[in-house]
Amino acid sequence: MIPSMWPIVGLIAAGILAGLTRSSAKVSGVVGAFGAILSSAAGIAMALRMLLKGTPEQGVVEWSLPWGSLPFGVDALSGFFLLVVYLLSLLAALYGYGYMAGKPPGRTGMSWLWFNLLIASMATLFVARHAVSFLLAWETMSLASFFLVGFENEEKDVRRASWIYLVATHLGTAFLLAMFVYWGTAVGSFDFAQFPRIRDFGPYAMGIVFVSAMLGFGTKAGFYPMHVWLPEAHPAAPSHVSALMSGVMIKTGIYALLRTITLMGDPPPWWGWCFVGIGAVSGILGVVFALAQHDLKRLLAYHSVENIGIIALGMGLGLLGWSYRQPAMMILGFSGAVLHVLNHALFKGLLFLGAGSVLHATGCRNLEHLGGLMRKMPITGTTFLIGAAAISGLPPLNGFVSELLIYLAAFRGATQQPAGLVIPSLVLIGSLALIGGLALACFAKAFGVIFLGEPRDPRIGAAHESKWMMTLPMLILAAACFAVGLGGVLIGPVLVLVVANITALTPEVVAGDSEWLRTTLWGVAFAGAGLFLLVGLVTAGRNLLLRGRVVSRAPTWDCGYAAPTARMQYTASSFAQPITLLFATFLRSSRHGKMPRGLFPAESSLETHVQDAAVEKVYTPAFLFIRRLFERMRVFQEGRVHVYVMYVGVTLLLLLFFAL
Amino acid sequence: MQGTSIIPYLLSLVLAPLALGVINRVKAVFAGRKGQPLLQAYFDIFKLLRKGAVYSRTTTWIFRAGPVVSLGAVLLSLTMIPWGGFPALLAFDGDILVFVYVLGVARFFTVIAALDTGSAFEGMGASREVLFSAIAEPALLLGLVTLARLTSGWSLSTVLPGVSTATWIMAGASLSLLCLAWMIVFLAENSRIPVDDPNTHLELTMIHEVMVLDHSGPDFACILYGSSLKLWTLGALLANVLVPVRTGSAFIDILATIGGVFALAAVTGVIESTRARLRLLRVPHLIAAAGALSVLSLVLLVR
Repeated sequence: MIPSMWPIVGLIAAGILAGLTRSSAKVSGVVGAFGAILSSAAGIAMALRMLLKGTPEQGVVEWSLPWGSLPFGVDALSGFFLLVVYLLSLLAALYGYGYMAGKPPGRTGMSWLWFNLLIASMATLFVARHAVSFLLAWETMSLASFFLVGFENEEKDVRRASWIYLVATHLGTAFLLAMFVYWGTAVGSFDFAQFPRIRDFGPYAMGIVFVSAMLGFGTKAGFYPMHVWLPEAHPAAPSHVSALMSGVMIKTGIYALLRTITLMGDPPPWWGWCFVGIGAVSGILGVVFALAQHDLKRLLAYHSVENIGIIALGMGLGLLGWSYRQPAMMILGFSGAVLHVLNHALFKGLLFLGAGSVLHATGCRNLEHLGGLMRKMPITGTTFLIGAAAISGLPPLNGFVSELLIYLAAFRGATQQPAGLVIPSLVLIGSLALIGGLALACFAKAFGVIFLGEPRDPRIGAAHESKWMMTLPMLILAAACFAVGLGGVLIGPVLVLVVANITALTPEVVAGDSEWLRTTLWGVAFAGAGLFLLVGLVTAGRNLLLRGRVVSRAPTWDCGYAAPTARMQYTASSFAQPITLLFATFLRSSRHGKMPRGLFPAESSLETHVQDAAVEKVYTPAFLFIRRLFERMRVFQEGRVHVYVMYVGVTLLLLLFFAL
Repeated sequence: MQGTSIIPYLLSLVLAPLALGVINRVKAVFAGRKGQPLLQAYFDIFKLLRKGAVYSRTTTWIFRAGPVVSLGAVLLSLTMIPWGGFPALLAFDGDILVFVYVLGVARFFTVIAALDTGSAFEGMGASREVLFSAIAEPALLLGLVTLARLTSGWSLSTVLPGVSTATWIMAGASLSLLCLAWMIVFLAENSRIPVDDPNTHLELTMIHEVMVLDHSGPDFACILYGSSLKLWTLGALLANVLVPVRTGSAFIDILATIGGVFALAAVTGVIESTRARLRLLRVPHLIAAAGALSVLSLVLLVR
């Protein structure tokens, strides 16, 4: 056992206790939430100590099953991801404690069990150094999150979403199983320490491993077109769970890809091209689909696809820098990607918690009905605004810093010679700029439609601010967005350690190659401070001028129209309409309803739906085909237990026969 | 950073509203009118600064923050533009991106302040604004990459002064395409014809003007001044490339850039007088063309 595993034990214990005490909502809530909070706090302390001291831990857990001893370890890469997981888990647990109050007791207790198991399995995943323990943690994570998604399983949509998620995640796991079996049998061991020997088997074997890792881990991460489960599962789950799933769980895919790259080393250029291509497609289509959504949590889920795309873009440039021996570009690309993992956890966690707060107060997720909540929920509104600005990559917030690092990597690449380096860099700059602009459009829409203007539905009027258990985590996350945005210089040394870990260089070499970056990060901090100063000066000047003058309140000027109603406000769909029209090729939105006709139009209506092209064109036909295929196998389904036991026995006998 | 860099900064602050005057004077000449005084923008700003304010009952602090944050952000972006032979006030490797994204901050706050009023007209303007600038952003950034490739720098303060007559001789074709692309960005970002008509009287067709309908008094002065500064900032960016006078004499260099910005204003006036405004649906095509031109200018360099 290594010390970093104690928080995991704590989490599992607290989870099981919460499950056992589920008859009382109060006890199980306290045990589950505060067990998670305390264990996460301990985990944060350990991860920080590791990242600051920089000494990796190693240890072995003996086990009596086959593959006897399982090695575990913590290095800078694991430490960084552990920090991200524990940080968000702590806040999500506190929020969840407030959010779950008043939900049915038995189910709440069980949800705390799954919640704690989800955190524990993610943490185990990051410390596992053996294919078996890794896959066990991976599967536990998938199942725990499946049960969490299905929390409100009396609703049809929720059941459907959790099934889609279960199928998607297991399709991904199938590729992983194949990958690990191939990898393990090739090198003769399932211990990660032996995995680098795959290099002796030539580029073909490495290519197989890389492609199956992209498919398997990419499904979890949400790369386009394997993203389809994300917009289903995130809205269905309770909001603190969505925050955890979107903020950190999908990052386990990124962690696993980084780990795979670390284990294989020396990437050929086409890996980098793959990442840049997938990143650009996921990024742009993610934000375009997000723009077309009416449901707040679906919108946020599509933004996860977008941000995973940005992370993939950074990793792609890191890989290309590696292949083409451009150390500065490699370091910038990977550090941008790694920092964006943290940043996305912070602002997406914040935004999902904010969405939960809105949902909790109004019972409504549909953007077309919301409005004017800023006055009713000032804390939620202000923190949501900070999250929205951060996810749009605006300075002086955290999203800008990681995007800056990725851009700088691309600038390096764009001014070098080989076309294999220049073209991906240009693709990246163009797509990242477009993503940034469209994300700004999308969050101006989301924030504006939910919090500004007037409520579009009278039922929203009774909304109130959430209690402190829910607002405090949002305030902390908003503060963290500023802290990372302004204090990039302080995070530099940690990024150096993580990147050194990924690229198998010594931290001194990485630090030496990124020395000039300090000036840039100081410059960003300085510019951020300058922005505050200038805005402060202008505000003070304006307020000084207005002192003692007539400042009056009046209705909004509606170009002379005397009786505007709240329903006449611009809606989310109308705001996004010019953009969705521009990207109609990908969006394939269907519209139906009764258009107004004639001089005296009677009642008319309009409905629009956006179907995901990947679902419509690829998955639905494929699954229909599979269903037809499997319908023929129904003869084997007897529904009697002894028959199934017989099947198991026959299979074992056959396997034995083949083995002998 | 040098102490003397404050000179071009202060000059920009003072001269910016004059560029609006130049545009309007050129338009008046074309229309055969006498036109408003050259200093009209200054008069407007001072008049507004002396007034009180009216705020809509629907609005929150966002509405009041909009104009001041936007002005603050534009003021910050201007500190990163070097001109007249002086380095910029704020210069570091990567400030190119801070420049572009700080302009994004200004836009974001203008847009949410517009949405805060709950008016459908302002929502319309906001929706168009975010679309057009989302497409304009790649064109601006890719153009900066062209310059970065030519001058091997990562900061506006090395990239812009790095463009000289020698650069034009070496990569004239590429720079011409770049200037064309940036001219379109300049017109789009400053809400000029053929993208937006600052003089239109129909709210339904406006973009920038309709977003600020509800602001009044000092807030509106901030907006007016902010948009003239933005015109100056992007104009100075383009003038640095178009008029690469680098004599080393501060007086001549400063005059050359000021001349360049006013010439751009005059060209804008000519375009506004001779061109019709595009249909809103066609505008994205024009701005996307700017992006394509930027890419072309880069491709010419890569070869």
